[in-house]
Amino acid sequence: MYRKTAIFLAALTGALTLGGCVTINIYFPAAAAEKAADKIIDEVWQIKKGGDAKNGDKPAAAQ
Amino acid sequence: MRATVWLRMVLVALTLGFTGGALAQANLEINTPAIASLKASMQSRHAQLAGFYASGAVGLTRDGNIALRDANAVPLAQRQQVNSLVAAENQDRAALYREIARANGKPEWENDIRATFAQRWIEKAQPGWYYQNSSGSWVRK
Repeated sequence: MYRKTAIFLAALTGALTLGGCVTINIYFPAAAAEKAADKIIDEVWQIKKGGDAKNGDKPAAAQ
Repeated sequence: MRATVWLRMVLVALTLGFTGGALAQANLEINTPAIASLKASMQSRHAQLAGFYASGAVGLTRDGNIALRDANAVPLAQRQQVNSLVAAENQDRAALYREIARANGKPEWENDIRATFAQRWIEKAQPGWYYQNSSGSWVRK
């Protein structure tokens, strides 16, 4: 009797937790989207990170 | 006996579920051929658009597009060109938002992605460029 209840409870907890995880996934991941947008915008607008390197990613060579 | 097996299975399922959830949250998929070619097309168009942003002829809208905001800032001879640049750019942007949503298996995210981009374009715009604020009026950055 007890065992059956235990199994049932464990299964129920599992199902609910998994359901919760799926629910989290459905929500829009705003932070990840922002990161993706920044990456794409930097490429489209050719925004260089970390200042003045003008030509490609050559690290500030003398001259 | 059977309870132990059950518990073990439930634990494994939970672990997998959590890992999957965490991974899905970390990054959006943006490395697809469709997205790459949209980026390239927008990048080369930007060379032509940059001057119009700077002169204030073209501005960034609050809905993640661009728009001709001051036709008088464009010499007559270039008006046709700027119109088609704006139209082509907005087409690419719409396709980009749609592709990112689709690449992540969530077509219903398209509008959220557009809204995120709208904010980030404005955030990254250069000083002097125009953008639309939340009430729709043009503001000089």
